Amino acid sequence: MANNATIVTDPDPIFGKLTWDSIPYHDPIILTTFLVVVMVGVGVLGAVVYYGKLKYLWEEWLTSVDHKKIGIMYIIAAFIMLIRGFSDALLMRSQQALAVSESSGVGYLPPEHYDQIFTAHGVIMIFFVAMPLIVGLMNLVVPLQIGARDVAFPFLNSLSFWLFVVGAMLVNASLFVGEFAATGWLAYPPLSGLEYSPWVGVDYWLWALQISGIGTLLSGVNFFVTIIRMRAPGMSLMKMPVFTWTSLCANVLIILAFPILTVTITLLTLDRYLGTHFFTNDLGGNQMMYVNLIWAWGHPEVYILILPAFGIFSEVTATFSRKRLFGYTSLVWATACIMFLSFIVWLHHFFTMGAGASVNAFFGIATMVISIPTGVKIFNWLFTMYKGKVTFDSPMWWTLAFLITFTIGGVTGVMLAIPAANFVLHNSLFLVAHFHNVIIGGALFGYFAGLTYWFPKATGFTLNETLGKWACGLWTVGFFMAFMPLYVLGFMGMTRRLNYYDNPVWNTWLLIAGLGALIVLVAICVQFYQIFASIRDRKNNQDLTGDPWGGRTLEWAMSSPPPFYNFARTPEVRDRDQFHYMKEHGLAFKRPASYSRIHMPKNTWAGIVIAGFSGVMGFAMVWHIWWLAIVSTVAMLACFIVYNFSGNKDYYVEVDEIEVMESEHFERIAVAHSAQTSHQQGLSGSQGKASITLPLSQV
Amino acid sequence: MATQMIAPEPGYTGFVAEEHHHDYAGDTLLGFWIYIMSDCILFATLFATYAVLGNSFAGGLTPKDLFDLNFVAVETGLLLLSSFTFGMAMLGAQHKNMTQLLLWLGFTFSLGGGFLAMELYEFYHFSHEGAGPTTSAYWSAFYALVGTHGLHVFAGMFWMVFLVIHLLKDGITEANFTRLSCLSLFWHFLDIIWICVFSMVYLMGVM
Repeated sequence: MANNATIVTDPDPIFGKLTWDSIPYHDPIILTTFLVVVMVGVGVLGAVVYYGKLKYLWEEWLTSVDHKKIGIMYIIAAFIMLIRGFSDALLMRSQQALAVSESSGVGYLPPEHYDQIFTAHGVIMIFFVAMPLIVGLMNLVVPLQIGARDVAFPFLNSLSFWLFVVGAMLVNASLFVGEFAATGWLAYPPLSGLEYSPWVGVDYWLWALQISGIGTLLSGVNFFVTIIRMRAPGMSLMKMPVFTWTSLCANVLIILAFPILTVTITLLTLDRYLGTHFFTNDLGGNQMMYVNLIWAWGHPEVYILILPAFGIFSEVTATFSRKRLFGYTSLVWATACIMFLSFIVWLHHFFTMGAGASVNAFFGIATMVISIPTGVKIFNWLFTMYKGKVTFDSPMWWTLAFLITFTIGGVTGVMLAIPAANFVLHNSLFLVAHFHNVIIGGALFGYFAGLTYWFPKATGFTLNETLGKWACGLWTVGFFMAFMPLYVLGFMGMTRRLNYYDNPVWNTWLLIAGLGALIVLVAICVQFYQIFASIRDRKNNQDLTGDPWGGRTLEWAMSSPPPFYNFARTPEVRDRDQFHYMKEHGLAFKRPASYSRIHMPKNTWAGIVIAGFSGVMGFAMVWHIWWLAIVSTVAMLACFIVYNFSGNKDYYVEVDEIEVMESEHFERIAVAHSAQTSHQQGLSGSQGKASITLPLSQV
Repeated sequence: MATQMIAPEPGYTGFVAEEHHHDYAGDTLLGFWIYIMSDCILFATLFATYAVLGNSFAGGLTPKDLFDLNFVAVETGLLLLSSFTFGMAMLGAQHKNMTQLLLWLGFTFSLGGGFLAMELYEFYHFSHEGAGPTTSAYWSAFYALVGTHGLHVFAGMFWMVFLVIHLLKDGITEANFTRLSCLSLFWHFLDIIWICVFSMVYLMGVM
């Protein structure tokens, strides 16, 4: 923690503000965490070296431009960050359960530590868990759904990923070297200004978000171009799978919103580094401008998180109801409406600014209007299930849990949209309950549904269903137990971000909420165990046909995991549910007459190296080590130029290689076919599991 | 299943009969367009900031005290002219005329350099007169907006140098023509932004 000795005001020319005092070695919690992280890190690295996999790791993963591998890496990184973000949540819940003065003193976390924890929790969960989960799923699925070989700019995709990793690393570095921001996840000035946050916490926040934000912006451009220009022939916009549609809308939001974040963060950076007066208390600065700008990005950001989740639910509902999605057109238009409306509601985050009744009324009504297209979607899913042959596989469990939870969250959102009510409820735990209600019950449940649904596509085997259902059940129960009490506490007047309170009546509710968090902990452990158990038993859960669920869209028309070039032949699309259409007309699982060679991008070192230097630059800027910042910036540029001038960025996959890979796929289908035949003979009359939906006549 | 499906015509396999060549240059151009649109938002945010802080002089110097429209008119002329010369360079590229291309790119580079030199002189002059970026919120916003534009011009010139190396190395290839088209888009975009800067900052500043 910062004390007067550690805050260096005259940076050293070599080490900047960095001194031995910057490392909080006197704090046992942090020291233990650090040692565990070092041990795990050294252990993993040692194992990689011991098994001689370093070269494999570098050549097949770290330098990969394959969208599927990048997608998997995004998701792995998200789960690692989830551990940290959720640990923060447990710390907060336990602190608030304990810190009621009359019974047990002030808890165990001092205010300056507690403030960093809630800031880190918000930043990590939004930027480094939710974003990578959804960008990872987009990477994994969108090119497959539209029949593309890769994204439009594979190198940029790799760069985006590594910039995101660097942002996450900077946040983690702040735990062990220096401090993190103690300002809340959006770092409002003047608290985040130099006067009130003199040390490096806010700087870590600035550079982590700036670097990963630029990565996200590049991703947005990349996916927009991919979806607009690389769809298979015949796939008009209104024949696109819904997940691709919602991803397109999310990427439009990224392109339009993230530049605002870039500028806002830059202006705060200028205030802190050069002494400008954008948001300061003196010389004409305007803090409310910061709040407006950050929410002009921040509100679209929450729709960037939720829209693709809506797409996932649409895919899942249609697949597991064995029915075409009800009201595709209305769902697409509802998504587009939400995309537009998300830009004209930002002021509802600060009705108390004093903008006046008319302005507040406009933003309140605009906010309520969003519930209309969202409601349309709820009915789309309900009517898709209506009269469908619904099977309750675990993605469907997540969908049902979502429908109920998210609807409650939406309703409390409409309550908050009433300016008069908002004056009472804002900044209270009611608000905290509301946004966790929509982000967990909406976005996160969607990602989990999507992960379960597409896991076999990425890996070639399905996740353990029983454990998946346990995870979903525990998450749902834990969620309601952890957050419903917060609604009550909000009405009782408890404000957010308290590390200590003096009202014993609140304590009971906070204890219940803490218990809920523990149930969520069990749920997360079950999820990790589910992944472990599924990998262990992968021989029993194999997805031989590439179509484990009876899917309807193109990603299921290839082997699991897909070959690195995706489709051996480009699909020609006739129907919205193209793969279902192919199955209906006896076209699926058939070997094409011939193949032709495929043009593919080569892997490149440039993404990880350039991003690595950006991380050094960020760290140097945080600690005011100017020479290092300059050197690493020059190195970034030099790497980019070297990459730019290097030839041979692509190559051709020859036909014989394709034939070998495709033959293996069709052999697996034959195995699945014979397994299905014997299964049906053994269990005549009973319905076979949906995992093998191969029409017998076609092999 | 309630939905009707139209049966495919004979010979339809679900896959294309022949693979078509993908237009990668088109991807790059669209991608760059989209990037420019996001850059547009970036400038819009800076303009909004400038508008909000437009009267926050904190009792210090105001633009009326310092702006010299004649100076800015010359500066503007240089940048607008550089757009014209870039257009001529693109014509040269289309005719595969390397001499014309390099010559006009050279003019563009010099005009850009002249613009930047004038801008830097102006910044130096204003700071010297007592209106630096830390003087008041207004001047912070001024330097952020105009400086970001200047930084873009600098980036464009930097890019131009490496593009010329590409051109000297490989000639006017398809890849280099795509690169030129992107830089051309970027350069004209900066002109449009400058027209907004000129109107909103300088003209309205002395009004």
